[in-house]
Formats: sequence, C-alpha cells, structure tokens
Amino acid sequence: MKQKLMFSSRILTVALAFTLALTGCGSGSGNSGGGTTGTSEGTSQQEKATPEKEAKKPVKLLNVSYDPTRELYDQYNKAFAAHWKAETGQDVTIEQSHGGSGKQGRSVIDGLKADVVTLALGYDIDALVGPGLLDDQWQKQFEHNSSPYTSTIVFLVRKGNPKGIKDWNDLIKDGVEVITPNPKTSGGARWNYLAAWGYALKQNSNDEEKAKEFVKELFKHVPVLDSGARGATTTFVERKLGDVLLAWENEALLSLKEFGDDEFEIVTPSISILAEPPVAVVDKIVDERGTREVAEAYLQYLYSEEGQDIAGKNFYRPILPAVAEKYKDQFKEVELLQIDKDFQGWKAAQEKHFNDGGTFDQIYTPGS
Amino acid sequence: MAGAVTAHLDHTAAQRPQHINESGLVRIILITIALLFLALVVVLPLVTIFMEAFKKGVDVYVASVTEPYALSALKLTLLTAVIAVPLNTLFGVAAAWAITKFRFRGKNILITLIDLPFAISPVIAGLIFVLLFGAQGFFGPWLDERGIQIIFALPGIVLATIFVTFPFVAREIIPLMQAQGTQEEEAAASLGARGWQIFWRVTLPNIKWGLLYGIILCNARAMGEFGAVSVVSGHIRGQTNTLPLHVEILYNEYQFSASFAVASLLLLLAVLTLVAKSIIEWKAEKIKS
Amino acid sequence: MKGSKPKAKAKSVLPGFGISMGFTIFYLCLIVIIPLSAVFIKTSGMTLPQFWETITNPRVLASYRVSFLTAFAAALINVVFGLLVAWVLVRYRFPGKKLVDSLIDLPFALPTAVAGIALTAIYAPNGWVGSLLQPLGIKIAFTPLGITIALVFIGLPFVVRTVQPVLQDLEKDTEEAAVMLGAYRLRTFTRVILPDLIPPLLTGFAMAFARGLGEFGSVVFISGNMPLKTEIAPLLIMTKLEQYDYMGATAIALVMLVIAFIMLLIINMLQWWSGRRTIAG
Repeated sequence: MKQKLMFSSRILTVALAFTLALTGCGSGSGNSGGGTTGTSEGTSQQEKATPEKEAKKPVKLLNVSYDPTRELYDQYNKAFAAHWKAETGQDVTIEQSHGGSGKQGRSVIDGLKADVVTLALGYDIDALVGPGLLDDQWQKQFEHNSSPYTSTIVFLVRKGNPKGIKDWNDLIKDGVEVITPNPKTSGGARWNYLAAWGYALKQNSNDEEKAKEFVKELFKHVPVLDSGARGATTTFVERKLGDVLLAWENEALLSLKEFGDDEFEIVTPSISILAEPPVAVVDKIVDERGTREVAEAYLQYLYSEEGQDIAGKNFYRPILPAVAEKYKDQFKEVELLQIDKDFQGWKAAQEKHFNDGGTFDQIYTPGS
Repeated sequence: MAGAVTAHLDHTAAQRPQHINESGLVRIILITIALLFLALVVVLPLVTIFMEAFKKGVDVYVASVTEPYALSALKLTLLTAVIAVPLNTLFGVAAAWAITKFRFRGKNILITLIDLPFAISPVIAGLIFVLLFGAQGFFGPWLDERGIQIIFALPGIVLATIFVTFPFVAREIIPLMQAQGTQEEEAAASLGARGWQIFWRVTLPNIKWGLLYGIILCNARAMGEFGAVSVVSGHIRGQTNTLPLHVEILYNEYQFSASFAVASLLLLLAVLTLVAKSIIEWKAEKIKS
Repeated sequence: MKGSKPKAKAKSVLPGFGISMGFTIFYLCLIVIIPLSAVFIKTSGMTLPQFWETITNPRVLASYRVSFLTAFAAALINVVFGLLVAWVLVRYRFPGKKLVDSLIDLPFALPTAVAGIALTAIYAPNGWVGSLLQPLGIKIAFTPLGITIALVFIGLPFVVRTVQPVLQDLEKDTEEAAVMLGAYRLRTFTRVILPDLIPPLLTGFAMAFARGLGEFGSVVFISGNMPLKTEIAPLLIMTKLEQYDYMGATAIALVMLVIAFIMLLIINMLQWWSGRRTIAG
C-alpha cells in the first residue's frame, strides 16, 4: 500500500513537472507567438516595425468563400491587385479559402481570420452576427443587397434531352432521376429546394400541402444526395448518374465549358429563383488587423465594370446594365422568385424548411 | 529461386515439413483467393489512382506536383509529420515501458484510452480541438487576447494529426514487449546496469523492428490524414493546406488528373518508407547470418 | 490473486516507472483526455430530454444502424479474408510475396477521401467493376454494399497485421503432435490452430469495426448519403455542424464515443488475457 502511494506521488510529480514545463513554453511562445503562428500577426508586427514604409506596406486579405467561386476569384483577385497597386501603390495579396458555404461560415465563427466573406447565401453571413463579427445591417453596406452578381437555378440534362425535360413538373415523371446535393449541407441545394417549392406553390395556387407533396415526390427521384454542389456535379458528369442535375446556372455553364457541350445541355425552367450570393466585410477582423479600407475597396470593386465583366465571364449574372447587356445571350430570361419577397427572408426560410423537423426533414420521416 | 528479397519472410515456410503443410492444390487455391481479394479491394484502387494521374500525360503529372501550391502543401505535410511522429514515438516507448514492465491497477483502462483515437471519427477528432481552441471555444477568448492562433494554423493541424496517429507506435510495441516479459531487463538490472543502459542495450534491440514498423505506420497516417485536419485547417491556399486537402481542392476544381497525381505522391512517400524498412530489415538479416 | 502477488513483483527492480508513467499520463491527458472532455462539457449544456430526443431521432437511429451494420459486415469480411491473406503470407512462398506484404499497409497511407473517390470510380455503375455487375442487377456504389467495401479497404491492415505475428510464432510442435495422433489438416486447423488465432482475430475484428464506425472521408463519396438508407452517423454530425448546432453534433459524437470506448475496453481485456495465456503457456 505504501509502495503504491509512493508510486502515485512520483507519477504526480513528473506529470506536474511536465505541465509546468509546458506552461512555461506556452507563455514563452505566447510572447513571440505573433511572429510564428498566424501569418496575419506576422505581417502586422512587421508593419509596426517599419513605420516609414507605412504608405506602401504590402497587405494581405483573406477571402473566405464557397465552392463554385474558385475560378471567379482566381481571376478577380489578380485584377483587383493590379487595380489597387495602380490606385494606391500598395501591394495586396488575396488569400482564398473555399469549401461548403455553411462550413466556411462556421470556420469564420470559430476563428478563421477572414477579412471578407463571400458566401452562397445570406443565412450563412447572418450567422456571423451573433458572435459579434459584423452587425446585423451588413446587407445594406453594399448596393443591391450586397450581392454584386446573381445567379439562378437551372437544369443540366444529357445531350439531346432524351427524357424531354422542360420544366419542374417533368422531374417527377416516372423513370426520371434527379441529382441534387443535400439542402442540409449545401447552400446551393437550398436554392434548388426553394425554387422547386416556389414553383409548386404557384402551380397549386399557394397550397402548401400540395407544395410539400411535390417536393416529396421530387426527392423520391433523387438517387444520391451529395454533401456539396461540386460533388453532385461530379456524380452527374463523371459517374453518369441521373437524368437531370439541379445546379447553379454558373456551375451548369462551367460544366459545359469544362466537359464539352456535346455531352450536356441546359434547360431553363419556367420559374426559378433569384440566387443572390452576398458579400460582406467582417468588421471585427478588419478593425483588428487594420485592413478595413482595402477590404471595402476589394468588395466595392466587384461592382466596377471590370469586376462585373469578370463575373460575367465566369457565368454569374452581372448587375451593371452595361455589362449585363454584353452577356445577355449567355443567360435566358426567366421569371425569378425572390427570397425576401416570396420566402420572407432567409431566416424564415431556413426555419421553415431546413432546420431539424422542417419540411425537408419531413420528406425523410420513416413510415411516411 | 525466390531470391534474396523474399528470403526473410520465407524463413518459416521453407522449413515447414510436408506433413504439416497443405497439399499443392489447396495452397494454390488459397493463394489465388487471397491475391484476388487483395486485387479487388486494395490493388485496383491504387491502380486507378496512378492511371488517372497519368491520363493527361507525364507533363501534366509533373506540372501538378511541382506547382507552388502543391509544394507548399507538401512542405506543410512533411513539417506536420516531422513534429507529430517523434512526439508519438516518444510517448509510445514511455507508455509501453510503463505498461509492460510494471504492474498496476487500471492497466486495461489505460490501454483502452490509448486506443481510443483509433475508434474516434476524424470529424469528432477535429471538432474537439475547435471546441477547445476555436474563437467560441473554452480557451478561445484567452488565446484571442494574446493573439495566439491555434485553430486554422499550424498548431491546430499538428494537434489533430498527433491525436489521430496517437496509438500507432504504442500499439505496435506493447504486445511485443508484453510477450518478451521482463527477465532480460531484470537480469541486466541485477548486474548493475542503469535505467538508460537497460533500455538502450537490452530493450531497444529487442523491439527495434516493431518500433520501426510503428513509426512507419504513424508517419504514413500522419501524412495521409484528411478528415480531422480538414476541420481545423481553414483551407487557406498556400498557407494551411496539407497534401490530402490539396487533393480535395484539385478534385473540386475538376482537375481530376492533377488531383490524383498529388494523391499518388502521397502513396509514393508511403512506399518509400516501406522500401526503406525492407532494406534495413534485409541488411540486418544479412549481418546476422 | 491480489493476495498471492509476491512482493518482489510489485516492487519491480526495473527503474523508470515514475518518469515513463508520468509522461504517459501527462501526454494522454493533453492530447486525448482533455480534448475529449470538451465533448462531455459541451453536451452537458443540454437538458436530458433534449439529449435523449437528439440521439433517438429516427434518422439518427437509422444512421447508427447503417454505421453498425456496414462496419460489422466489413469487419467480418476482413476477419475471413484477412486471416487468409495472413496465412498465405506467413506459410506459403510465391513470387512477389514481399510486394504483396507491403501493399497491406497502403490503406493507412492513402488519404481516406482519395480512397473514397477511387473506389467510387471503380464501383460506380459506369466504373470498371460496376459496369460488369450492372447487367446482373448488382449495385455497389451508392448502396450499403459500397460503404462496406470502403470499410473493408480501411480496416484490412488491422486484421492482417494482428494475425500475422501470432501465426508466425505458432509452435510447430502442437501441429506435429496433432498429425501424429492422426488428425487431418482441416481438423488440425479447427482444433489446434484456430483456438490460438481467436484472440488476435477478435482484436483485429474489433479494431476494424471501431475504425469503420467512425470512418467519414471515404464513405461520403461512395455512400450516396440517402437519409434512412445510406446516411452514416459521422455525416449526421457534419450535418448538425452545418446548421450551427454544436450541441446536437456533440450529443451524437458522445454516443459514438462511449460505444467506441466500451468496445475497445472489451477487446483489450480479451487481448491482455490472451497475451497472458501465451506467456503462461
């Protein structure tokens, strides 16, 4: 017994010693931590160390975005860097992070130091308001609901449209398989779902029960629910599964470009939804890092002719009339539902349809 | 006939007398089934990866593995492994020593706790560090005040990797040391050898193959970990992207060939370590005989 | 047993218990216990009925079922074929054996997502193997069968690598004796060899099973993620997180954690017991 006591006291001593050693290291590296850990701190310390170069210090921005904007921001970042250099003489490097919209929003909440967020839907930026990263009026900061480009939901079908798909109600015909990602994990899929819902409401003179039945029937035709928009596209294009892919218009057009328009074609339904992927400056981070000016300019420049042109080139619908005119052949005219008008905003839509127990969950309730 | 390379493994098979071995036909059938199974489950996926990687030619392959983002991902992956593997090795040896050379209560619970990271979903493995060190986490505000970034930076990636590869070394050498017992060490101790001497002269030579193998597995897994690292990385290109995450990015950009090329790079790294192990093993065998 | 423990054993002559045990416990706490306790603390923010409702929701229950059944099936397949592979590798000689032996470890090294993509490419209806099975009406990718294959890939090294050393160390004498007594090969195998292999097989089974329960990266690609059919529990954790529902996510995580712990504890007791037995023998 005495032996055991001695053992445990020795263990305790050693464990304690390690702990002390570690906390010692911890606080030691804490002081110098800024230099070695986050790159952001590294640069800000350098900046402070060389005040004489204040005007031309290089600056870094982190843009946290969602999946389908990779190509868009790849080009836009270069354009903005050149523009900013010409305007102010300052070098700006923009780092990109892409992923599912919800996951990206969560990363920012958990401490990813994003100067700007450019996500798939307002709901994911609304989520940043709670933890105090930006204020609830963020969507008024930039014109047009802070959405410098828009898109909509279209159908991608196989060449020749063998199943004769023209509109939403064709999707629930026998033998038609529909590919869409899971609305619970994919921002794009939420737009898909709401577009389908909106169509059914209009068809059935706003009878919600009928709309519920329609989407339920629709999801019976879905053989695979990928977790993200890009995964769904791969399933449709590479695995050759399904007859129709519900996709962002920009993703569908990109697929034609990437995989050849001899394999697929786009069908625009009678009604779709105006998808507004919004952008916002993350107040807390830019104030902390002193990057507000360049971050705001970065987002503002999306509205310039050049920014709009890049958006158009990457198959997003530009909002600047002059640029929109240039790309008008690319985009079909279609009646578009609006999230604020037809669905009372994202918060209401999210609660009603996508939260636990919402209309989407009801589709997958056992025994129904 | 089988050659020097297979000599080591064939040791027991060669000496097995006819009457306690299966008939030739049975042997051939068993070997065929085993190889077919491996072909279907293991070899085919590997072949697919290399085929896809070279689909667009060697140029695309070389370009995709030497591109700056791929190189920075490779650097980060190697750096992570270089930190995580030695720490876990040190831990594995210490834990195995305590567990196999001494008696104490709760040993099974201790071993189970060491095993636990095997069984934990990588998603949870990433999540726990976000819960601890994320901006909304328990230590988040404290760290934030001091400007220390753990999640979405190197420390978070290293922590998640250490967690996932935690049991490998310990798991590999505990059974070995358990089977060997304590007699040799006790004999050495009674002859007046000191702690470190016992370890270096008696224990280490006995466990070196197991230890080496454990380190190799630990290293392979450290470089290949995807799920847990994906949760804590933040996916900043050129900053916090490891090779497995880079594979995912390329795949999501429809650059399938490039994505498989980078994946094959990871496989080559693993194969390299295995080859190194075989060479060392073979040399040691040669010296012995 | 406690009483009969000789004093000399309790007080080992070997040094280094304090430092090795101290470091072990310190490192274990730092890397495993403290982080994992975060899951408990986070979940404790829920009331008991809330917690119960989250973890017994029909979709969550269905996902446990999918995860358990596929992990169990995969572990079982791995036991049968893992034993066969280990047997062939230890006892027979054939060209390229060394290469095959090294292949076994590669599933550890491959990022799970890559494994998932590669397996999906092979077993999808238009893949190499999938297209052969399609006319027969067999679907692999996007069904529980696909999940099982991914988990077989992930879990194979565990079984092979636990069985291999034991098989190598088996005493020839007992086999010889059995043959002398007139037993046939099959009988020798089931009566003499198999009993010794059961502990490592159990360990391998349990490790493959435990690993399969938590696997995420490879499964999301091949499973199709259909709620109630091919949706696995780790995916539901992800789904909860996407909805900013941390507590729901940790509640499901907690259930899986406890299950994993209990399973591993049972295996370790089995293994420790078998280890002792072989030493005693």
